[in-house]
Amino acid sequence: MKVSMTVNGSERSGDVEPRVLLVDFLRTNLRLTGTHIGCDTSSCGACTVLIDGEPVKSCTQLAVQADGRAITTVEGLATAAGLSPMQIGFHEEHGLQCGFCTPGMMLVGTALLEHNPNPTEEEIRWAISGNICRCTGYMNIVKAIKHAAALRESSEVVPRETAAAATGGE
Amino acid sequence: MYPTAFDYRAPASLDETLSVLKERGDEAKVMAGGQSLIPLLKLRFARPELVVDIGRLPHLNAIGRDDGHLVIGALARHVDIENSPEVAASALMLAEAAHWIADPLVRNRGTLVGSVCHADPAGDWGSVILAMHADLVARSASGERVIHAADFFKGPFETALKPDEVVTGVRIPVGKGRGGGAYLKLERKVGDFATVAVAVHLHLDGNKVEAAGIGLTAVGPNNIKATEAEHFLRGKEPTDEVIAEAARIASDAAEPKDDIRGSAAYKKDVVRVFVQRGLKAAVARAKEGRS
Amino acid sequence: MATEVHMHGRIGEPIKRKEDARFIRGKGNYLDDIELPGMLHMAILRSPHAHARIKSVDTAEASKMPGVIAVVTGELMAQHKLAWMPTLSYDTQAVLATDKVRFQGQEVAAVIAETLYQAEDARDAVVVDYDVLPAVIDPEGAKAAGAPVIRDDKEDQKDNHIYHWESGDQATTQAAFAKADKVIRLHTFYPRCHPAPMETCGIVADVNGATGRATIYMTSQAPHLHRTVFALVAGLPEENIRIVSPDIGGGFGNKVPVYPGYVVATAASLLIGRPVKWVEDRTENLISTGFARDFHMTGDLAVDKDGKMLALRVHLDSDNGAFFSDAQPTKVKAGLFHIVTGSYDIPTAHVTADGYYTNKAPGGVAYRCSFRVTEASYMIERLVTNAAIELGMDQAEFRKKNFIRKDQFPYESPTGWVYDSGDYHKAMDVALEQLGYNELRKDVEARRAKGEVTGIGIASFTEVVGAGHGKDFDLLGVRMFDSAELRVHPTGKALLRMGTKSQGQGHETTFAQIVTEELGIPAADVLVEEGDTDTAPYGLGTYASRSTPVAGAATAMVSRKLRDKARKIAGHLLEADEEDLVWDNGRFYVKGSPDKAKTIQEIAFAAYSNLPDGMEAGLEGVHYYDPPNMTYPFGTYAVVVDVDKGTGQVKVRRMVAVDDCGVRINPMIVEGQIHGGLAEGFGIAFMQLITFDSEGNCIGSNFLDYLLPTAVETPSFELGETVTPSPHHPLGAKGVGESPTVGSPAAYVNAVIDALSPYGVTNIDMPVTSDKVWAALRAAGVNE
Repeated sequence: MKVSMTVNGSERSGDVEPRVLLVDFLRTNLRLTGTHIGCDTSSCGACTVLIDGEPVKSCTQLAVQADGRAITTVEGLATAAGLSPMQIGFHEEHGLQCGFCTPGMMLVGTALLEHNPNPTEEEIRWAISGNICRCTGYMNIVKAIKHAAALRESSEVVPRETAAAATGGE
Repeated sequence: MYPTAFDYRAPASLDETLSVLKERGDEAKVMAGGQSLIPLLKLRFARPELVVDIGRLPHLNAIGRDDGHLVIGALARHVDIENSPEVAASALMLAEAAHWIADPLVRNRGTLVGSVCHADPAGDWGSVILAMHADLVARSASGERVIHAADFFKGPFETALKPDEVVTGVRIPVGKGRGGGAYLKLERKVGDFATVAVAVHLHLDGNKVEAAGIGLTAVGPNNIKATEAEHFLRGKEPTDEVIAEAARIASDAAEPKDDIRGSAAYKKDVVRVFVQRGLKAAVARAKEGRS
Repeated sequence: MATEVHMHGRIGEPIKRKEDARFIRGKGNYLDDIELPGMLHMAILRSPHAHARIKSVDTAEASKMPGVIAVVTGELMAQHKLAWMPTLSYDTQAVLATDKVRFQGQEVAAVIAETLYQAEDARDAVVVDYDVLPAVIDPEGAKAAGAPVIRDDKEDQKDNHIYHWESGDQATTQAAFAKADKVIRLHTFYPRCHPAPMETCGIVADVNGATGRATIYMTSQAPHLHRTVFALVAGLPEENIRIVSPDIGGGFGNKVPVYPGYVVATAASLLIGRPVKWVEDRTENLISTGFARDFHMTGDLAVDKDGKMLALRVHLDSDNGAFFSDAQPTKVKAGLFHIVTGSYDIPTAHVTADGYYTNKAPGGVAYRCSFRVTEASYMIERLVTNAAIELGMDQAEFRKKNFIRKDQFPYESPTGWVYDSGDYHKAMDVALEQLGYNELRKDVEARRAKGEVTGIGIASFTEVVGAGHGKDFDLLGVRMFDSAELRVHPTGKALLRMGTKSQGQGHETTFAQIVTEELGIPAADVLVEEGDTDTAPYGLGTYASRSTPVAGAATAMVSRKLRDKARKIAGHLLEADEEDLVWDNGRFYVKGSPDKAKTIQEIAFAAYSNLPDGMEAGLEGVHYYDPPNMTYPFGTYAVVVDVDKGTGQVKVRRMVAVDDCGVRINPMIVEGQIHGGLAEGFGIAFMQLITFDSEGNCIGSNFLDYLLPTAVETPSFELGETVTPSPHHPLGAKGVGESPTVGSPAAYVNAVIDALSPYGVTNIDMPVTSDKVWAALRAAGVNE
């Protein structure tokens, strides 16, 4: 079947069997390998992408379900203006070690701050509870998301609309 | 782990959906958010010839009020229920239950109706709709019928639904008198299925219980309605003693099995503890008018 | 001032990680991201039975399916003498089963196809006829009269016993027990669990049919060792094997062994002439590779009437699964379990161990652990808390009374270990202070008086890491040194190549900082490379917290070698006697004339442009470091729990962790490691369980059943530190990555036992699940 979707601001399409998972379409067809596979049971969140701005496990979505939707993967977080506040937060607060869960964690954090710009530790812990990390004990992931929230609030950060416009994105 | 090959249809209308199911319902699986079905496909426990994706049908994602009922459309997701002001105002227990379902990412795709139709005995929504005395609205090419929640679950992963039918929504009676409910779940971690969960709901008439609903999760072949405990409560003042006795009766209704999550005795006792705690919370909420 | 800028990244600075740049952009290069032209995909068919004789394997249907290139069976592998492979514990392990399957999940056949979807479709079509046999699922069953002999493939194997092994002194221990005022016994089971890194194991094997050159990408914590193993297993000439370990998504011991899938994929690539990729799915990962623990332990602690420890006796029954393939040094059988006297000055000890075959997955990896020290630490720390409770002594006081004192180091333990350094009393005091122990004890009593169930647990662990001195430690005969090769380019930038392999530990930053400290080149200017056996010097890899103790030391030593040469060049450039030169953070100056100086960058350029007569050009070197001893990090962990009387659920209210790992090179990275280990320790204590039903079916075969803690369950950790340098490590550093996993499980469980101690409960085996706690409460008559 033919599928088309907007991925990180660009129109992408491909021909897939209906059974092909969205994560495989992204990784194999589009070669966007920042989205990872960590389990098969929708348990770990390594495959998290944003679909129309909401975090979803792409191993538990068919590529055909995403037809016509807007997908954001980790590769779409940075803009021409530079790294996103979430990426900066993860680097500054040592929010990653092996890096395998990191794309999913950053995407969940990004979506969280869109509707809750100043979350508490408790809110962050619940928001990332669909994503497993084996390295950090979550301590510095929580800090990283808080760091990103603070950066977003500061005036130095390029507003999202401006940054997206700079790359001609969504 | 990957699904076996299947045909895929994503009908544009409900009528088209029903005609597809009329033709191929026996070999088809209906998919809304896919959060129960896709894991089964990947594990190859389910090998349908056809997947009918109703995820794009219009107007089915609504949550609204209609004639004393809260109506949850077939495509209303767990997250929609969790965040709905309408739900918060009229049936807080649903929002509470939604928060316990799977994890936040799964809740962004999974639906209440899809979960109910999947009929996992460890599913949370089944107990909620049992406790709330809800109705399911089923449609087929030959018309519409209403199925009481109490008549819907037939066993593990089995329901009263026919292969050519889809559930278009759930109708939950709300808004009359002073009602209150609670959903309590024992899970080993976020994302786990329940070891035990209970949904309780009651209406107060003065100091007395006018009506009560109790649904039990993961302690039988399907979600269980604790009818005897419900009857016991009716007309009584919900004192600590009455609540404790109701909880004991409810735990007798549970038919759990020993498994990795714990012994049958453990699960029955947690039913008792949770019904007791839940009824106390429900009474308090009813008195405060917090639904 | 310029010097300070240049020195950015010295030891002790929490600089941000160099490796982050690619990971936060989704540009890491993990195994499954590798795509080679013409690459095929492999799916492995595994046994559904724990123990069964194979009557037939029918591949006819599968071979005809779309996209299928080959179906490999044990019979085919046997034709190439590859149906069996040697293990790191001098046993053999089936690659693809030929005679019997011996555990559920054992490899039986493999399908190689154009796509993974096709490979899985065809795997479903392979028909295997089994004759099911009774399964043995624990050492008790293995010992039972009439138990089936699992390893009937071995001629000399008449039962399921693998080894008997002893350490310490039986006679003096017996004598001490005879004089004891009290003996406290604990029988406990450290259950089977699994490291479960976020990335599973995998391989892309690319064998060039024309040259015989095998390029093997694999998720390997020890690429050089694996090259040698491949040479031995497959009979390939070692120079024709190149192992490349790309970015690794966590290892924790899971990626130390060589698994059958690697051998099959490599053989398939050789036979087919195209690259073959195999990546485990999560179920394969959990049921067939890298299990950990599974130790049944009985400990007796002899004490006198004053609470002084007199002797320790421990027996271990080890469940090794169907093949004895523990990844451990040659000279030991139960790893380093005989460090079991822990942090205590116990005059004598005797340890016995027996290993058994069972119908369970083989592996026996040290999961975030230095070769079984985790089990040893758990045993002694649980036993000590139980002893304190039984003696009516405070857990902390009892420990302090028996700690090895600071002035006793170097301390030789009764089982022969020489502890390098420690100050256990200080770590305990810092932990108690941070916790507010005395007030908390009162608070616990007050809460208990109100009917609450609450308690405090302590564990004061000693780790033994940095394997290890070559005379005692080797793998397959290869001594456990490690290596560093440092090249300084003419512009003063450097390339550092290591025999280790990071799986998230931050080597690209930490090792660069050692070069900064020793040679003055800023960490930002040092590129650290690991994992490619064609370019990196030979090393034994990253596990058992050995990278900083061994490879970190090698980095310091090679940097010093280069500094010695740099001194000679500086003398030449400054026209001064090298004896008169002073090394000052990245530059040499002439004694008494700090302005007369040459920076390391200037010296580096001179090494290629302006050398003293007769000196070899360049500024590069290699060092192989054979450590004189292990390092012994230690610490005290304290946990406060509250128990729900209705459901038995345990909530960790506080977790204080004081670690002493000697000198911390990058404190930020060290703390990150500790956080992660404490979370894994929490998971092991309360959630992570691989278990089996009576037929040997694995329960815990995916993340719905094998429970990993999320951010919601995981406690918030409060860290503290003391610093007792290692006297023999060039930088004073010790390993740290595993301390929290080694030390914390006992602290968590001790807290639960302390909470339940008023009700006479003395033990709950891990994982401490709510149903077990509920059962203990109800048995004691506690109800809601």
